[in-house]
Amino acid sequence: MANAAIAADIKILGKDAQLGYTEFQFGNFKFRRDEYFAHVTWPHGTRIIEIDRFLRALVRDIGWQFFYGWIFFDDVFGTQNHYGTVDIFAGSYDGGYKAAKTDFMETFTTDKVVTAFDTIARDWISEGYDPLRAPQETGNPLGSKREPRKDALVRGFTPAKRMLGLPGDVTPRSDQTGHPVNRAFADLKFEKPEVHAEKGFEGQLNAINLFDHIARSDVTWNPSVASITGASIFCVTSEEHMLPVIHGNDRNEWFIQLSDEIHWNIQDKNTGNPRGRIVMKAGDVCAMPADIRHQGFAPKRSMLLVAENGTPGLDELYAKGKLPPYPLDF
Amino acid sequence: MAYHTALGSLKNYTKGSLDIVNDDKKHYAFSNLFEVANKAKPFERVAVTKNIEYVVEVAKIDGTSPWYAAAHDEFVVVMDGDITINFVKLDPSAAVPSGKRGATKLAAAPNGQKMGYVRAKLGNQALLPAGAAYQLVSNGAPGVVLFQTLGGDVTVERWKDICIS
Repeated sequence: MANAAIAADIKILGKDAQLGYTEFQFGNFKFRRDEYFAHVTWPHGTRIIEIDRFLRALVRDIGWQFFYGWIFFDDVFGTQNHYGTVDIFAGSYDGGYKAAKTDFMETFTTDKVVTAFDTIARDWISEGYDPLRAPQETGNPLGSKREPRKDALVRGFTPAKRMLGLPGDVTPRSDQTGHPVNRAFADLKFEKPEVHAEKGFEGQLNAINLFDHIARSDVTWNPSVASITGASIFCVTSEEHMLPVIHGNDRNEWFIQLSDEIHWNIQDKNTGNPRGRIVMKAGDVCAMPADIRHQGFAPKRSMLLVAENGTPGLDELYAKGKLPPYPLDF
Repeated sequence: MAYHTALGSLKNYTKGSLDIVNDDKKHYAFSNLFEVANKAKPFERVAVTKNIEYVVEVAKIDGTSPWYAAAHDEFVVVMDGDITINFVKLDPSAAVPSGKRGATKLAAAPNGQKMGYVRAKLGNQALLPAGAAYQLVSNGAPGVVLFQTLGGDVTVERWKDICIS
């Protein structure tokens, strides 16, 4: 359930004279970085997070607009989306912090959190490091502040309105859009569909090579909408290395592994206790229930299709127990 | 370094694993779409995901399918094979009633204007627009497709048979 949002803007607390990074305060959270780590402080606690992981999570959280449900930057710190407001929490879903009463949560309007996270990201990310790329495809974020990034931090999140490639809708990736096929999919042959529309029906038939679109993605762990009917959303994404967040579901979602394999660690959403491990190979289909958090590991860049139900208010129905947290009884 | 991309097919797939230690395996409804297609009759539209009213159906396309239509958009993704999809614009009097969920199998070939066709292969995704009838035809070996749609008359649910439990 959404709490009332507090009125707060991000503030500058100071600047590290040696490293060049700015320290910020947003609500009662403070954010500082050094050469290797982000330091998050709240009234009764502190947390240290490896900087690459923190920045990969931070920029995706902005791009996803806080996604469905919970985004854990690590086991303790993260955000929860209430679709208009966002909770920033520390320890609120960890048994130890809860027992010690050192957990903390504040709620902000979504636009304020976007501005705050974007301000931190722009200050802490230097030229040559792109947290949306796979680790092998970008520089590292370590050390003191260098020249700032000049290009857009967030990209690749533009959703199709009906289907990729339809007139007036999002254009699939291609050489012309500046997206070559990724090195990990260079062995595949991508055949274009043939679309033969009779006179008068031009633009009403549409087909694309979805695999080609995914193979050309220059970002990882970034589901982007390919097609929608009603509130059924097909999101496709290329996955390499590890999902730099732990995603806590506020509804059921489904994964369809299109190529290669991903290993998923599954935890209880509220406590973080392990629930299991899933290995998905090409053609596998698996539900992610509404009461878990999950983190994926892709040994080789792979293609994943995520089927979401974007019906507004679904999060509240699951939260109130009006829908079971799993999708099926059989 | 040269990478090898692992893909599945009707004839060749490897299923992953579900190692659940503190939950019910059924909650994850783990299946493999190629296995499901292998065990299905041609053109059976077997649900492999269900999210309240929304489903993803898997079908083996072997020969020429019946004609289908829906009151809403559907989408198809070819996971194996070479498939031709024929389209006919339904006369308003023959259209699936507005609000009806899922695909409807037509009793006979529809009357109406031919809209054209799409030939789709591995990884291709095609729109099955609301108000159009469509038919899928395999070119050569049987193929496998996914439908993004709503659960309806033609949706087959056999979770006990397809899911790890």
